[in-house]
Amino acid sequence: MPATSSSVGSGAAGAATFADSDSRKYRYFEPRGKRASHYEDMTVDVQPDPERYLTQGWIIQFPNGEGAYDKSATKAQSSNWHAFRAPDQEWERTHYQRQSKIESLIQGVIANARKFGVHKKFDKAWTKILQAHLGAWKHAEFGLGTSLMQAQRYGYTQMINNATLTNSSYKLRLSQDITLYLAEIGLDIDGWNDDLGKETWLTDPAWQGTREFVESIMGAEDYLEQYFAINMVFEPLVGELFRSGFMVQVAAANGDSVTPPVISAAEADYERNLANSIDLFHLLITDEKHAAHNKKLFAGWIKKYSALAKKAATGLQPIWSQPHSKPISFSDAQAQSVERYEKIKGELGL
Amino acid sequence: MADTLTLNKIKNQRGISVGEAAAKIADLGWNPSYVQEAMTYPTDYKIKKIPKDPMKQVLRSYFPMEEEKDNRVYGALDAALRGDMFRNVEPRWIEWMKLFLAIIPFPEISAARSMAMVARLTPGEELRTGFTMQMVDEFRHSTIQMNLKKWYMENYIDPAGFDITEEAFGKCYATTIGRQFGEGFLTGDAITAASIYLTIVAETAFTNTLFVAMPSEAARNGDYALPTVFLSVQSDESRHIGNGHSMLMSMLKEPDNYQLLERDMKYAFWQNHAIVDAAIGTFIEYGTTNRDKDKESYAEMWHRWIFEDYYRTYMLPLEKYGVKIHHDDVHEAWKRITEKMYVHTVAQFFAVGWPVNFWRIEAQTEKDFEWFEHKYPGWYAKFGEFWKWYEKLSHKGSKVVTFNEEVGYVYPHRCWSCLVPCLIREDMVVDEIDGQLHTFAHENDRWTAVEAFADEYQGRPTPAMGKFSGKREWETMYHGVDLADAIVDLNFVRSDGKTLIPQPHLRFDDKEMWTLDDVRGHTLMSPLTLLREMSPEDRKQHIADYQAGFEINPCN
Repeated sequence: MPATSSSVGSGAAGAATFADSDSRKYRYFEPRGKRASHYEDMTVDVQPDPERYLTQGWIIQFPNGEGAYDKSATKAQSSNWHAFRAPDQEWERTHYQRQSKIESLIQGVIANARKFGVHKKFDKAWTKILQAHLGAWKHAEFGLGTSLMQAQRYGYTQMINNATLTNSSYKLRLSQDITLYLAEIGLDIDGWNDDLGKETWLTDPAWQGTREFVESIMGAEDYLEQYFAINMVFEPLVGELFRSGFMVQVAAANGDSVTPPVISAAEADYERNLANSIDLFHLLITDEKHAAHNKKLFAGWIKKYSALAKKAATGLQPIWSQPHSKPISFSDAQAQSVERYEKIKGELGL
Repeated sequence: MADTLTLNKIKNQRGISVGEAAAKIADLGWNPSYVQEAMTYPTDYKIKKIPKDPMKQVLRSYFPMEEEKDNRVYGALDAALRGDMFRNVEPRWIEWMKLFLAIIPFPEISAARSMAMVARLTPGEELRTGFTMQMVDEFRHSTIQMNLKKWYMENYIDPAGFDITEEAFGKCYATTIGRQFGEGFLTGDAITAASIYLTIVAETAFTNTLFVAMPSEAARNGDYALPTVFLSVQSDESRHIGNGHSMLMSMLKEPDNYQLLERDMKYAFWQNHAIVDAAIGTFIEYGTTNRDKDKESYAEMWHRWIFEDYYRTYMLPLEKYGVKIHHDDVHEAWKRITEKMYVHTVAQFFAVGWPVNFWRIEAQTEKDFEWFEHKYPGWYAKFGEFWKWYEKLSHKGSKVVTFNEEVGYVYPHRCWSCLVPCLIREDMVVDEIDGQLHTFAHENDRWTAVEAFADEYQGRPTPAMGKFSGKREWETMYHGVDLADAIVDLNFVRSDGKTLIPQPHLRFDDKEMWTLDDVRGHTLMSPLTLLREMSPEDRKQHIADYQAGFEINPCN
């Protein structure tokens, strides 16, 4: 049946030619490249503000007079908060595809490993490490995920907030993946104590530096400080150090072929989150008006959080001595993480 | 050998139950001892009881489930193109999607942001998993809707309006109503905004009209893309409704909260009614070409979903906890939708304002009149002549309906609270805030702005409550400005620099399309500014005249 409300009997593109009948691209923002990416079309300006189109201003305020989003939510300054585009170009479809693929992969790995009783090859000391230390780590990831969930409320643009939101989603997924992996593998191992991880997280001296670091991020009121502390400092100096510098590299030597694939998805997550965050901080540190201010601010954050990172990493050091087989030393693993951290700092000129 | 094959016996693996998995994930949180989490979004509520997560879903099952939903949505969009959907789609319908889809991604992403606010305030960790999933859901909804809009822009006969969508959202006199909705989710008292206004009222009550009733009407107009996207969105809402209900149960444990609950249920119900019914009612009743008398009208659907389902089964039981429910408001909303023809006055207002829209509005015709009279007795006497005028004045060269004295329409005052104009004229109320006059569409709107959004409520300090702000009356922006200049400022002009994006018809022909020259010479005025400038006597008379209403002149 033809469209009855159309003068040309059709509602299809090209059925008639008139002014702008071929205007088939969003024309209210400047794309980063020659053409707008699909991510930009899905993301840019969905969160408006008085600088971009809210001519009436914010129409509801908080009691302190601030509108829904306020630049003062961070001490960082920008001459153009709208310039940032997330390099990972994530929008809902790509996010679900990636997260779902990771979940399927991890579940497949765990189910298959359990089917063949792979846990029987786990070294006994390693089994204890899984319960205590990987069990503790899940809480660190959770704390970072909830911090980022909080942070995604405050950014001045949709691009910043969505990058923070997906970062949160990745962290929370990892914390749940570890939780369920340990619970399931624990079903097959006699004497497994699934509560040991939390106990270790809360009371083991080795973990108190990491917990203090994570809680400091959770307690920060500046959303960009949280995003910075996690991706510029925590991840290279503590996250990668423990996940790859210990769990992934030491597991195989102790008969564990399951944990590395479960954990290593996190490193691919971090590659994306590092790309997003360093791009944003690079923009801010090279800002035409506020570069000096931001550089000083970030240097302050580096100082504050690298001290916490040092304390956290030093605290974790004894864990490297606990497995029977020790294919990598703490100092080698830390050297690698410090090198990575220095590269990040170098790129930012800090 | 067994009589029957049981693959499970071969493949079965001992696992943990859903309940155990949810419990273990809820145990990921802890009470910080080195540094406390900052309470950055305050509330006047007390939430002490740890809310339960009714859904007990974990991300491991959530992500694949949502990916599967996405695959179906995107598969359906591809199929719609292969099936040449746009050849048969009704432009009358798609034009209204320029307005709807300009608005809705912002409330959706605001809901994602607001999950941070409730998650921080909620004791315990169990429901935080629910909030996490809602946050990611809302990110899904916002970007999937942007994708649908882009898809319309690429495939529909007239992409103008879609192509400036988010800019238009920030500037338009109609989208300001949607901004009140979206900002309401994430500004002010965190529980009022993110829990009561968003999950307990908007999502629990009004998403049925938004995401179920609208898709039905879309399908009747040849658009089967919108149902695919929005029914997929709606399938996530049950989780959000569960989050809201669980929070509500925790709030009810503290008698101190009852007074605030009474305030916020009243505010949220009334404002959701005023905003959602205005917009969705108009899209459904005026965006359709289908006049099947057997289908339910918006009013009938409202009665089923809002009155019967929400009011009777959700709101009323709150009374047994001692929370005062404002039955009169629900009955008053029903009366406005039926006897007072609320939706029809809104559609009329949008039509009068067509030059400052960014979509086309087609006139209603005789075929439509019969259906309206059947569903809303008395409709023709009130609106028939208006739509005849509208059709007559839709031709380029006519004096624009907005300023045409022959029609008899009186441009309305704007409600300072819901931002829909004061369209039920006899209900308009005037009051002062901080010594300045404001107009309100109804006593409940006055109550919202003056009594609810204040530093104290019934003598109780409410320091966390939000405030209405900004240039809330859109007309203030263009007081004393020529209509053509206002349209240029709004950027509602096609790229030839003269043809308007909005048109009062669906004639896809340059010869028929209005340009800036066709609307120049009329000055926009702010009714509120004029009201404030009047002497007390003149103002009194003006208000009385306004409340008495107007008559549309016969159109010959």
